[in-house]
Amino acid sequence: MIDGIVIETKGLRKTFISKEKGGKKEVEAVKGIDLTVKKGEIFGFLGPNGAGKSTTQKMLSTLLCPTDGVAKILGYDLAEEQEQIRQNVGCVSQAGGADLASTGLENLVLQAQLYGLDISTAKKWAAEFVERFQMNSFIERPASSYSGGQKRRLDVALGMIHRPQLLLLDEPTSGLDPQSRAYLWEKIRQLKAEGVTIFLTTQYMDEADKLCDRIAIIDNGTIIVTGTPGELKSSVGGDTIVFGFSSEEIARKAQTVLTENIQLEKIQAIHNSVHLYAKDGERMMPDLLRSLDAKFLEVQSIMLSRPSLDDVFLKYTGRSLREDDRK
Amino acid sequence: MMKMLRDTRLMFIRNIQHTLRNPVFIFASMFQPLLYLLLFMPLLNGLHGVPGLPAGRAVDVFIPGLLVLQALFGSAFVGFSLIDDIRTGVIERFLVTPVKRPAILLGRVLRDAVVLLLQCVLITLVSIPYGLSVNVGGFLLSLLLYALIGVTMASISYGFALIYKIEDPLAPTLNTITLPLSLLSGIILPLTLAPIWLQDLAKVNPFSYAVDATRALFAGNFQNVEIIEGFAIIGVLSIVIFLLALRSLKKMAS
Repeated sequence: MIDGIVIETKGLRKTFISKEKGGKKEVEAVKGIDLTVKKGEIFGFLGPNGAGKSTTQKMLSTLLCPTDGVAKILGYDLAEEQEQIRQNVGCVSQAGGADLASTGLENLVLQAQLYGLDISTAKKWAAEFVERFQMNSFIERPASSYSGGQKRRLDVALGMIHRPQLLLLDEPTSGLDPQSRAYLWEKIRQLKAEGVTIFLTTQYMDEADKLCDRIAIIDNGTIIVTGTPGELKSSVGGDTIVFGFSSEEIARKAQTVLTENIQLEKIQAIHNSVHLYAKDGERMMPDLLRSLDAKFLEVQSIMLSRPSLDDVFLKYTGRSLREDDRK
Repeated sequence: MMKMLRDTRLMFIRNIQHTLRNPVFIFASMFQPLLYLLLFMPLLNGLHGVPGLPAGRAVDVFIPGLLVLQALFGSAFVGFSLIDDIRTGVIERFLVTPVKRPAILLGRVLRDAVVLLLQCVLITLVSIPYGLSVNVGGFLLSLLLYALIGVTMASISYGFALIYKIEDPLAPTLNTITLPLSLLSGIILPLTLAPIWLQDLAKVNPFSYAVDATRALFAGNFQNVEIIEGFAIIGVLSIVIFLLALRSLKKMAS
């Protein structure tokens, strides 16, 4: 691994041949992706259904052979060193892949054995994951009887059982209830804290925003933009800050004070409140409050709203990610 | 090589555990040959002495072929279980581990062969009250040949399951393959009764050689060249078909 880079791809491309009326047609699912994922980060791949997220994830996990392009995963060449990649990368597909007729424990032990562990180590590691993912109450039952959240926990444990340095998760929280989702997020953050690099695909903006250190937004097989959630959002425009006051008069005074003291993109007094638009509202807030305080203008309420990733998606694609969801 | 054996053993155990969870299916797929034994073989007894029929008692001629029939049909539909594993993502999960690819299929066909051998032994035991006389050494060698037929048919079934990935076209495809194979192998009635063109057609059916070989083995005619022919043809066939199925598995990830 060079300079702590865990995934590096150049021009990764995948075309499928689909049979349609009037002959075969080439469908380009992934159109040349350049990606750099650093050690220890949670990297999110955000995009609507059919954007090419799963196809990319399958290429990275050696399940699909790229049509073109090169990739290095943990320093191993994707085309040449698949064995090493398989041994050192954990992967959880959208379907999960737990064997439903078997118990969760049987699934975990076999999975560990498939990674080359002997039976006693396999059992030991499986037991550790049962403990860690709090699966004691259901792990001895057939997986077919699990709830969505329980099944997902097992799926992720299956992907982690051999303690890989890199975990690929394909839509890990898709279809989960809010509680199970929060639980899984917590577990993913724990893995990160232990030094595991996580690459996940998602179509949920809040997931990308709250969970990921960096995101790439993908649409139609192409990465549109990459950055931290904060960077992406500030690229759309500034934050909105609204101060509320007890009267219109005070609001107007406040407007004057703020305009004199601080560089702002735009400021506006509306009724009892002052609306400010700033590039970096969070950092600006203390200064703003201090200058109001100095003139004894009492602030009654404060609201800071930042642009969402949906605004980001809208800016770069002209479409809303939410609209796509509804289709 | 060691890893291949280890992975195959792991996969075999996983699959046999699945079978043992629902052992009733082992017996369910024996129903057809038992019906033949019960409802069809008495007819053959009535044909004793008809010109063209092989010498020897009907039961001794019929049972080796009936077991070939069991090997053909009993193993032909195992592909459905694979489709289930494809749909639930189990196969993909195996494929992203370093498990040897052939082991994924070997673990299945070996399980299928074991189930088939159990069925063959049970059917043979049931036939003994019907007066079956069988050479024990010949019977044991026959089991090997039945296992190879089972591996061949299971591989065909898995191969198509991997190509289709859905159930709907699988059953018609498998029926289209197994029915002519069984009709053209002289299991039900000997092909000596058939017109020349049908006999010629049967000569390209590898399983008719298996029927001839196991009949010779049951009778204890170890000098019979048909035995070598049967093993050679089915042996090569099983390997070729298995490799084709393996190719479908590897192609799934491409």
